[in-house]
Amino acid sequence: MQSAKGKVKEAECGERQADSGRVTIYLMGKPYQVPASLTIMRAMEETGYQFVRGAGCRGGFCGACATVFRTTDTYKLKVGLACQTVIQDGMYLAQLPFYPANKALYSLKDMKAAGELLVQLYPETMRCISCNSCTKICPQDIKVMDYVNAAIRGDIAKCADLSFNCVACGLCATRCPAEISQYHVGMLARRLFGSYILKRAPHTKQMVADIAARKFDPDLDTLTKASTDDLKARYAKREMEK
Amino acid sequence: MAYPLPMQPSIEKLNATRQSRMTQQIPLLPPDQKQTLLEGFHPDYKKGTMRELLLGANKGDKTPHELANLFEAFTATDPAQANLKCPDYDVDVLVIGGGGAGVSAALVAQAAGANVLLVTKLRVADANTTMAQGGIQAADKTNDSPAIHYLDVLGGGGYKNKPDLARALTYDAPAIIAWLEEMGVLFDKNADGTMQTIHGGGTSRKRMHTCRDYTGLEIMRCLKDEMLNCKVPVIEHNAATELVLDPDGRCCGAVLLDLENNRLRVVRAKATILATGGCGRLHVQGFPTSNHYGATADGLVLAYRAGAKLAFIDTIQYHPTGVAFPTQIVGQLITEKVRSVGAQLTNVEGNRFIYELETRDCTASAIIRECQERNLGVKTPTGDFGVWLDTPLIELLKGPGTIQKQLPAMYRQFINFGIDMTKEPILTYPTQHYQNGGILIDDKGETTVKGLYVAGEAAGGIHGRNRLMGNSLLDILVFGRRAGVAASQSALSIGVASQPRLSLDHAKKYNAMAKELGFPKDRKAPILLPDYRPEPYKGHFTFFECR
Repeated sequence: MQSAKGKVKEAECGERQADSGRVTIYLMGKPYQVPASLTIMRAMEETGYQFVRGAGCRGGFCGACATVFRTTDTYKLKVGLACQTVIQDGMYLAQLPFYPANKALYSLKDMKAAGELLVQLYPETMRCISCNSCTKICPQDIKVMDYVNAAIRGDIAKCADLSFNCVACGLCATRCPAEISQYHVGMLARRLFGSYILKRAPHTKQMVADIAARKFDPDLDTLTKASTDDLKARYAKREMEK
Repeated sequence: MAYPLPMQPSIEKLNATRQSRMTQQIPLLPPDQKQTLLEGFHPDYKKGTMRELLLGANKGDKTPHELANLFEAFTATDPAQANLKCPDYDVDVLVIGGGGAGVSAALVAQAAGANVLLVTKLRVADANTTMAQGGIQAADKTNDSPAIHYLDVLGGGGYKNKPDLARALTYDAPAIIAWLEEMGVLFDKNADGTMQTIHGGGTSRKRMHTCRDYTGLEIMRCLKDEMLNCKVPVIEHNAATELVLDPDGRCCGAVLLDLENNRLRVVRAKATILATGGCGRLHVQGFPTSNHYGATADGLVLAYRAGAKLAFIDTIQYHPTGVAFPTQIVGQLITEKVRSVGAQLTNVEGNRFIYELETRDCTASAIIRECQERNLGVKTPTGDFGVWLDTPLIELLKGPGTIQKQLPAMYRQFINFGIDMTKEPILTYPTQHYQNGGILIDDKGETTVKGLYVAGEAAGGIHGRNRLMGNSLLDILVFGRRAGVAASQSALSIGVASQPRLSLDHAKKYNAMAKELGFPKDRKAPILLPDYRPEPYKGHFTFFECR
């Protein structure tokens, strides 16, 4: 019944395999031989793992598959998102699907654009020793230490801008000797910036008021009752904004 | 240069045509040519890929085999194993799903005074919402209106959309943007606060609101942060495997499977909201997908067995530009915003073949035609084909640095694999992206089953046969909020006195029918997660051996 069954197997997770031999990787110390072209995530599946934790979007956006690894050519600890990182021969890895970090609870609508709020809600931020471990480990290449320092200075705008590409994988928090939960600080800064510093769009406010005043109801009444032919004619005559 | 040698002559041709393409105008296709293109090359029209359902509220309706296999299946968990006599949780509103629709529904329902429980089979925010890059539509500029937006939506949907749903979508849109601003979402704005809006495929006004190319991530993390601040109770890694009904057929909760210890749990709820998303991980017709790991149509299966009517289950959206190279990320999304800011599609000869911002069904079909019929695709090392997306053109049109500023996620995705999209083009082919149809709802989000509400991609009718870019981030919030309001009102009106008798008789009956119709015994649904393990591991789902 599945007419395309053969093709399903090939395409499966969207990651196709070029023939490029096999390499050895170590999952939490245990060696496995897997095809060389795979991502870490696909390689783990190849060895029989079925993810319940440690896989989310599989597209590099959710931060569920943070992975730490070492390779034989250097002493350095390396990181990557398992869904976006290709394996290497001798890779020695473990996933960190969860890492505890305390989030402050707050009511955003009762706050204001006060820079000191960042360290008031996350006082441990002040303990930063500028070791830069957070920046070095970030798989998104964010200047984490720089935005933590912006937070210490109370610079909400800078902290928000520098932390924007964060996917909250939590690797920064795993490495911090000052035990800061950096990504939560960034989140707070972005919400304060968006809500209190970035100007609200005047045209959005106006349109909400116009809709509440039922300004567009007659137009919508006409369109929702219109025949398909009428709609087609109107569609063909749309004026396109350049 | 990360492209293998055989692909490089085509890149040179593309570089050579760039100057002349900068001024080339390709008009929108007239309706008859558009229809011919769709019928010839859109995967929905491919013969032998669908079949008529043998049972349920949509008996006789066509749907892809991959979806039909879930409706024509036995229940994944044994209804007799669930302890219905003493539910583990008792709440006003149960929300199933932790993406944008589920979280916005939960926020609104709790604010209305309901006791809410949100359950999700992965983590909150492991959802397509997080992966949505391009933007969110709303008619909030002075040259625009909900009516103009409505006409774009209907034209995009082949005029088949349910009018009241499309109306709700466009009518609530500006208020959704204002709500997100209040929540602190960092929209791309000018210094005076006006939105920097752009076009999407099929829009007649620039009404796409963006947050660089992390629009969905930015919206989702704000929603999640807000939900944590509001202390909405959440249980992660628990998948719903069945809805629970009362003897009158009203939905009053669900059976959950805890994926970490294989225990079944029962939730009794006065109203239930399904926000379980789409079906990309079914890989219809073998297509790769841009969807998250959990997009397996669970909600459709549960609702269908409970008697709900589905709509437009014969139409899947293939996003025109999935990644075609490098092989490791085939099928992942190249946001439409890349074309919105100026990138052009070209074939192996470096020539354009379609206006880039046609509706998605049309653009995808044109790419398939270029590769299959005209044999003008670019061949990859694995023998697949794709067409170029000329991204260096963006920097020529909009200035150097535009890509890093406006498309940081895309730049990161390709530079990871050694491809610098500011200097080299990227290769693309359609990927399974969106479930155009789903569970039929009314404009309050209620289904044909009393007490059951649906929001987000699991819902059907809003987008007709083809959704426009930027209307999904919008619809999850519009109908998430509407379902949250309606479900909490309904739940609170029931009061505390009456406790319904919980029943899974509908599931038992479904199994009996499945047996009578002779479905394969090992065909069970929902599948909860795709299985990408090779033989001999494949198929041994530890989490279905539940206690």
